[in-house]
Amino acid sequence: MASRVVTIITALIVAGMVLVPVAAVLWRGGGLSGLGPGDWAALRFTIWQAALSALLSVGLAIPVARALARRSFAGRSALIALMGAPFILPVIVAILGLLAVFGGKGLINQLLAPLGLPRLDIYGYHGVILAHVFFNLPLAVRLLLQGWLAIPAERFRLAASLNAPLWRVLELPMLRQLLPGAFAVIFVICLGSFAVALTLGGGPRATTLELAIYQAFRFDFDLGKAATLAGVQLCLGLVAGGVALRFAARDGMGAGLDRQVARWDGAATVSRVMDGVWIAFAASFLLVPLMAVALAGAPGLTDMPGVVWSAAGRSVLLALGATALTLMMALPLLTRAGEAAALLGISVSGLVLGTGAFLLLQPIVRPADVALPVTMLVNALMALPFVLRVLRPSLDSARQDFGRLGAALGLRGWPLWRVVYLPRMRRPLGFAAGLTAALSMGDLGVIMLFADGDSSTLPLQIYRLMGSYQMEAARGAALLLLSLSLGLFWVFDKGGRASADA
Amino acid sequence: MLTLDQITVEQGAFTLQADTTLGAPITALLGPSGSGKSTLLNVIAGFAPVRAGRVLWRGQDVTHYTPAARPIGMLFQDNNLFPHLTIRDNLALALTRTRPTASQQVQISGALDRVGLAGYETRKPAELSGGQQSRAALARVLLQARPLMLLDEPFAALGPALKHKMLDLVAEICRETGMSAVMVSHYPADALRIADAAVVVADGSVTAPLPTADLMQDPPAALRDYLGV
Amino acid sequence: MRALPFVAGMMLASAAAAETPVLTVYAPDYFASDWGPGPGIEAAFEAQCGCDLQYKTGELLPRLLLEGANTEADVAIGFNSDITKKARESGLFAAHGLDTSGLTLPIDWADDTFVPFNYSHTAFIYDNTKVETALTSFDDLLNAPDDLRLVIQDPRSSISGLALVLWVQNVYGDKAEEAWSKLAPKIVTVTKGWSESYGMFTDGEADMVLSYTTSPAYHIIAEEDLTKSAAIFDEGHYFMVELAAKLKGTDQSDLADQFMGFVLSREFQSMIPTSNWSFPAALAENEWPEGFQALPMPEKVLFYSEDEAAALRSEAIEAWRRALSQ
Repeated sequence: MASRVVTIITALIVAGMVLVPVAAVLWRGGGLSGLGPGDWAALRFTIWQAALSALLSVGLAIPVARALARRSFAGRSALIALMGAPFILPVIVAILGLLAVFGGKGLINQLLAPLGLPRLDIYGYHGVILAHVFFNLPLAVRLLLQGWLAIPAERFRLAASLNAPLWRVLELPMLRQLLPGAFAVIFVICLGSFAVALTLGGGPRATTLELAIYQAFRFDFDLGKAATLAGVQLCLGLVAGGVALRFAARDGMGAGLDRQVARWDGAATVSRVMDGVWIAFAASFLLVPLMAVALAGAPGLTDMPGVVWSAAGRSVLLALGATALTLMMALPLLTRAGEAAALLGISVSGLVLGTGAFLLLQPIVRPADVALPVTMLVNALMALPFVLRVLRPSLDSARQDFGRLGAALGLRGWPLWRVVYLPRMRRPLGFAAGLTAALSMGDLGVIMLFADGDSSTLPLQIYRLMGSYQMEAARGAALLLLSLSLGLFWVFDKGGRASADA
Repeated sequence: MLTLDQITVEQGAFTLQADTTLGAPITALLGPSGSGKSTLLNVIAGFAPVRAGRVLWRGQDVTHYTPAARPIGMLFQDNNLFPHLTIRDNLALALTRTRPTASQQVQISGALDRVGLAGYETRKPAELSGGQQSRAALARVLLQARPLMLLDEPFAALGPALKHKMLDLVAEICRETGMSAVMVSHYPADALRIADAAVVVADGSVTAPLPTADLMQDPPAALRDYLGV
Repeated sequence: MRALPFVAGMMLASAAAAETPVLTVYAPDYFASDWGPGPGIEAAFEAQCGCDLQYKTGELLPRLLLEGANTEADVAIGFNSDITKKARESGLFAAHGLDTSGLTLPIDWADDTFVPFNYSHTAFIYDNTKVETALTSFDDLLNAPDDLRLVIQDPRSSISGLALVLWVQNVYGDKAEEAWSKLAPKIVTVTKGWSESYGMFTDGEADMVLSYTTSPAYHIIAEEDLTKSAAIFDEGHYFMVELAAKLKGTDQSDLADQFMGFVLSREFQSMIPTSNWSFPAALAENEWPEGFQALPMPEKVLFYSEDEAAALRSEAIEAWRRALSQ
């Protein structure tokens, strides 16, 4: 079947775009090299912090997403959009935002001190986990919220009429389907952590594989070791992906007509209060550090040099290009194998990927000439696993509910997508596009190796400002980045919900 | 004239065999729940693969045709309309992959008129009642203009009066257009109402068709258990 | 038709550009940014060379090593002394052939390949309105109360972090690990690079930050902020220098030589203090900006040659890692 061929080809391309650069680095580095005791310690830390961070992010996301799914209040959609922001912040900005709240001189300690309570010390393993939850809770909430919104209103009506336990008959089956994938994606993101783990981990105890890769690359120029470590990352990512996909239940929720999702559960005061507490918890945990970023950035906004604006323009173009590219790659890959292939992209170090691409392209073109396309491509690869995770459940249910009708009407190939699947996936598509765009805005990616003086992106410009003592302008630029990322996310996400229900 | 030529279907531990010809204008598939009525309908429609045997339509082997290539218009139990499309766009899918032309729009309006939904072109399915949704789906089968209509209990969710009306409408349309129909039904009364002939699907096999009234008068053992007589 | 003069103009411009030789200079990202010394140096050099100087930024040595002999670079500027060994071994660089007798470094420098263009020393920077009694020795720092909040950089990912490790090694020798153990409770955290640390310091998250003796100059001159000081230690401070070198495979050999000479010129050197925020490598102290002249200077300068540093590095980092992992 033609569509199968397209899927296989796309999967091979995606896998190749990851594996070939890694192989190139390995080849140039003269083959695999052994791991030292420090590397094994780093591997252990990398795995357990990623597992715990993913577990907590997903676990906390359940009550938060549930509360958001069944409560309606003024500003709900704005809150949901804003809560997505930590996921797309550049690391350095997010760290400073977190420290403004949880740091030694942060908000919490300023509140605790006058009460005579012991000081909160953020630095340590708990700091790493806290930061990772801060980054990934928004993604987990959104992934699960999608699941809740995908349960057709009819099911809720049926359950309400039977006074059935919603949790057991509707919510748990939905979660069983979504949780393993959400866990895997976040686990794999946390595997690549470097600056966050180091800074909030308080020192070399919190050494990750990614730091070892950076060290091998930057100081030792030991490409064999960098590639070996990247290979370890790849294996971890693949195992995580494989396990998650195997455990994910595969029963769709069934179709419903697009009515407003009205619910009859949770009317009791206790559950109202609990939902309110969860929403308030998530909102303050995620939004207060963002507000700190915004407040710190406001004074710098006025005196930002022109290059910041042109870098911002470049970043927006980059984000839009990466979004188009990601969706193009995503549609043929909405299968189990496709998702596995895509997980390769995010599990491997961006530094190694960039180096490999550089090695491959450098004999053919001037690296600076392809800086933006390559960055776009790598960003697209990085966003692909999230996009697939977001889109697959809805494609599965569209297929299950309307596949036979489509077949009976002779809809195949592109018309089937145009008439049936894409409209059925409209809401997750908008979300996925917004996520990709925002992620690509904040990503430093491979541009470090490829860029020349005048093709820098906004995140790179922020680092430049900070590296030149321009802390205030850097804060302003960070606020600009935050606003642009959120703006792009909002536009796409809104587009996806334009005619949708709830 | 639909021939099931030594068909064997396997679904897990379940096996169904059929070797019969359905020639009546409207044939009902009767039998207990889980006997394989819907499976048989899916074999005819091309949604379930056969392990052995052939499906013939007017002597032509259609066993390996895709569902859309078969001479069939089908009404499913549910999800007969795409919720995100207007009624007109839903119906247009029977005629074209692109925007319906002016004459196709006239055809669509005619079909809607025929099922009693004149003027509903721009509504979305969610704005229609259950009965109206069934009518719209029937209108689309009408537009598909295939010689054989398959009904997988599409009216099960409707009230008795409404269901009878819909069944009568199906029968009328078959008469007017010369379309044949094969319907699955749980209710012998439905079969008696419009089916000229009926087969019994039970214990992994399919009986030869008999006039519905005769069958009801002297039901075979499997059907007797089911009917509780 | 109106587009024609425009197109003709473009063609003339590109023809002119084709005749102008291009000097490609690889530099670290901060160097070529609008706030670094790069733009001023570019303008000044272009005014005298009749050429087009173009920066390519990024990770300097990894990129050069990746490109090998195919590199477009004619000159590379911004190496740190701790990676010159690796760079030298690559065989990519040519001898500079310059007279370096005009260098004003606090140490002797004889290197036929790498030319220094600025220097500084590692130092801990603090807010003098908050820390009352200035620390005057490394021992003072080790013995300071544990609630002194210090941020440093990771020696495995940052040049300044590596310099600190070598500094401690130089001061404490065999007792380096012990010294790190005493310092450990005061270290709030370790960051990937200098920017994160310095950001935490200016945010008030830390009382002291590992930076350079020249850091206060930025606050004094650019911000008229006199509250940031470098703690000057009796044991001495580790010397940090940035270097430039000419590529062997350059196709603009004369221009590259001219640029290398320009690096040591008064014009270039006088731009360094207030754009690179470090000491110029070849400029008499009385020609420095006032803010720089007023900076307290370490009496003793500590430095390992590249061979010594290479030999000590792993063990010094390991001592750091062991002590801080406790």
